Amino acid sequence: MAAHRCGLSLVCILIFSSLAHPSSCDTLEKANDNTATKRSISEVNTDGSVAGEDMNERQWQSTDVEVNRSDGTKTSETFTPAPAPAPARDQFQEELVIRPLHSGDIYASFQFRTLWDTDFLQERQKKVSHYRLFPKSLGQVLSKFSVRELHISFTQGFWRTMQWGQPFIPSPPGAELWVWFHHTVSDVDGNWKELTNVLSGIFCASLNFIDMTNTVQPSASFKPLGLGNATDHRFLRYATLPREIVCTENLTPWKKLLPCGSKAGLAVLMKSEKLFHSSFHSQAVHIRPICQDEQCTSKAWELRQTLNVVFDHYTSGQGKKEWSLFKMFSRTLTEACPLASSSKVYVDITDNPEGELFELSPATHLLSRAVVLGDRRTYSVYDLTRAETFGQLRSFNLLLRWKGDSGDMLRPLLHAERYVAGFGLQTGEIHTVIYNNHPYRAFPVLLMDSVPWYLQLYVHTLTVTSKSRDNKPSYIHYQPAKDRHRPHLLEMLIQLPPHSMTEVTVQFERALILKDLTSSALVPSMVAMSTNFTQDQPLFSSFVPVKEESSYFVRVYTEPLLVNLPTPDFSMPYNVICLTCTVVAVGYGSFYNLLTRTFQVDEPSPPLAKRLANFIRRIRGVPLLA
Amino acid sequence: MSNDFLQMHLKAVMSCLVIFLYKVHTTKAGQFFSSGHTNNWAVLVCTSRFWFNYRHVANTLSVYRSVKRLGIPDSHIVLMLADDMACNYRNPRPATVFSHKNMELNVYGDDVEVDYRGYEVTVENFLRVLTGRLPPSTPRSKRLLSDDRSNILIYLTGHGGNGFLKFQDSEEISNMELADAFEQMWQKRRYNELLFIIDTCQGASMYERFYSPNLMALASSQVGEDSLSHQPDLAIGVHLMDKYTFYLLEFLEEVHPASQANMNDLFKVCPQSQCVSTPGHRTDLFQRDPGSVLITDFFGSVRKVEITKDTINLTSPVEPPIQRSGSGDIQIESLTYVDQLPVAEIIHQKPKQKDWHPPDGFILGLWTLILLVFFQTYGIKHLKHIF
Repeated sequence: MAAHRCGLSLVCILIFSSLAHPSSCDTLEKANDNTATKRSISEVNTDGSVAGEDMNERQWQSTDVEVNRSDGTKTSETFTPAPAPAPARDQFQEELVIRPLHSGDIYASFQFRTLWDTDFLQERQKKVSHYRLFPKSLGQVLSKFSVRELHISFTQGFWRTMQWGQPFIPSPPGAELWVWFHHTVSDVDGNWKELTNVLSGIFCASLNFIDMTNTVQPSASFKPLGLGNATDHRFLRYATLPREIVCTENLTPWKKLLPCGSKAGLAVLMKSEKLFHSSFHSQAVHIRPICQDEQCTSKAWELRQTLNVVFDHYTSGQGKKEWSLFKMFSRTLTEACPLASSSKVYVDITDNPEGELFELSPATHLLSRAVVLGDRRTYSVYDLTRAETFGQLRSFNLLLRWKGDSGDMLRPLLHAERYVAGFGLQTGEIHTVIYNNHPYRAFPVLLMDSVPWYLQLYVHTLTVTSKSRDNKPSYIHYQPAKDRHRPHLLEMLIQLPPHSMTEVTVQFERALILKDLTSSALVPSMVAMSTNFTQDQPLFSSFVPVKEESSYFVRVYTEPLLVNLPTPDFSMPYNVICLTCTVVAVGYGSFYNLLTRTFQVDEPSPPLAKRLANFIRRIRGVPLLA
Repeated sequence: MSNDFLQMHLKAVMSCLVIFLYKVHTTKAGQFFSSGHTNNWAVLVCTSRFWFNYRHVANTLSVYRSVKRLGIPDSHIVLMLADDMACNYRNPRPATVFSHKNMELNVYGDDVEVDYRGYEVTVENFLRVLTGRLPPSTPRSKRLLSDDRSNILIYLTGHGGNGFLKFQDSEEISNMELADAFEQMWQKRRYNELLFIIDTCQGASMYERFYSPNLMALASSQVGEDSLSHQPDLAIGVHLMDKYTFYLLEFLEEVHPASQANMNDLFKVCPQSQCVSTPGHRTDLFQRDPGSVLITDFFGSVRKVEITKDTINLTSPVEPPIQRSGSGDIQIESLTYVDQLPVAEIIHQKPKQKDWHPPDGFILGLWTLILLVFFQTYGIKHLKHIF
């Protein structure tokens, strides 16, 4: 009878590691590679246009071209690119990166990038009204709400860092939206509310459930990924909806934002029946201002649409370790998008230098090297703008056949977990464990935690321990929750010692609220980390967000936490009524009787024989018995 | 005399002819302008949640599919699904919702746009959509932007009873509320004609209280009867569709945008031999004869076509004006990217100046108490010693 339905509350932690953008999009050009660590492959010979700081131009236009090693001969020639389009107003690039994972799964990442050289936010120029490749719905949203940066992602499933490594672009389960507004905005909260409603209409998602109870304003994390000088965190808003479902109705409007739609180019592969039958599916839209050219004197807007999907080896592979585009997506590629200036498919062959691990067909002699998260990786490139990629059949179907068993992959450098400890439904403890697996380097980590208001944190019990010793954070920002108003926000900057495990614990108490029995609650949290890697040769990362320096930035999300909330015992009214009535009846009733009862003597009625005898005597007229 | 007679006879014949022709002319013209609508809208609602109510979502999606196929665009359809079946973890074929047990027809498709989903499907939102009283920040795809020349199709499915329909297992809408909502729509001129279809148990009870004009209603069962589901699928494990909507879908698959099938055919869908329950309909509030109302008046869409005889030259491209400002105001300073994790800056961050709020709650009460005690002890007249 104990109505012990726990309103389950899921606590979702996002450990946020922003990466040196996934190589899916841009391949790095390494200029003047001097190391001898490489297998004497000739260096990339970059043209004058490639300088490494050039972040917006596609540098693979000067890809290193090499003859296939199986030939034995090594020649290298520079692939002269088409001259960079002079003041192109907008351009569109698409690419697909396929990375076979050690567990036999396959990770496919689509990136579609539209660059547009205009300024939505400038008032003195004419308002933008002619849209070509940039979608009009997003352009109008940007100018109406004076948005400086917008990042929205929808994810189904959780990224398993231990088995799959680090993703190109991390994302937390559910929906996540963070926005930097322009500094001219006077009412940020009002703009935020309207923006979430408009985006919920564009993406067919329940983003209108984002309100003040799940929005936070981080003070040190989520710095803008685009250009900008001032970072006043009053203009930043961050919210997640961990329980948001992602399905075809979110994919349909996402596909409609692409210039070619889903009719040509790489987007024909996006069939929802295959994409959602996967272990992990994440689609995102990132809009930010970037440098237009090397001198970086003016801005261009960049819209990146990314879709990451991990196909499960067992459910879709049917045990055979063989993957092809047709098997993954039930389609093959027939042409590149005519509006795209570049359209490429990359396959990660770093773990397969001699072809002993898997076999790739059709063979290609185009290679490219890139640095992803401090890791040098080699990719086979298929250029879809060239007709010979499609062969005789006019269709391109990539085939990947596993030959040997891959060994264990290296442990990822940064990994985080989170769980709830304790028993009972009143109190508990949230434990966040962060692993730093680097043998000798220590990293600073910024941990951001956003806990809903109905889990009341006892911040005085917050402890941070590394290697069983207390580790005092160098910066703590805590904003307590207000019931039904805003969630808790905890940000800490912690220095992680090398090769260690750091544990952050905080006790909490659950609020007694009447929740819908079928709903559950999720608590998101996030950890951001930065790693500073200095290596011998200069690294360029022309990928996306972040730096020109020799460091990269990683964002790691933890899994969502499921927290049970106490539910009221619905049998209580019955119990109360029974008890009260019994007490009243027994107590008051006997008291009343005692006071008001009177006693009278009552003659007992004579037995039947006597009555009969009296009756006969009455008839006879004889005196009656006593 | 004979001349007169002849003239009269001729006149009579002529007038007869004229009258006859006139009548023919008006009937043809009358038919041409009979429907009187210029646009079509559809509001399709599934009100139940949980995996075992898969069939209600399949019902709604099959009507959605038919309506889209017959021409109504997504911008004119408001689709409300109370739960997600396609990407539910229990679905053995993700991103699909089937209507037939051999998995022949995936009614979810690849091009679906759900406007209200999950917990957004509530009685309040449904009534707000119908009456148009939505908060100003609601996006267009979530609004029913109909006018007085719109024909609207409203389809409801879920669990219902005598006089009510259950939403999401926690609330209900009564037939009186629905009738009042339609009256509001009529008074605000939000529809020209409205077709209301409901597939629930005792569905006929939902339309018996309507009182606004130009309403036609169909239900899958009478008061006191249950609507039954069609067939389960052993692979998926639940019933896939309800009987009435299954046969309705079969009927609509035969209809194409130019078909002349009318409402009388729709009333004959799913007789009792197939449906077990008795479908009912109500046409007394409708002004036209149901036999003259085409199915495509509600399920299809009117396309506005303008015929022009002018030729338009499409060869010269439009040159967008150069928006770059003149050389006078080139920004000389170069812009930079922001450091993602500026450790030194974070450590030395100054605490934010919080806005001052007047004290509230406990502190306010405490101060009020202190002041009261103070004034009680010393009295107001002693204040002059202080000030």
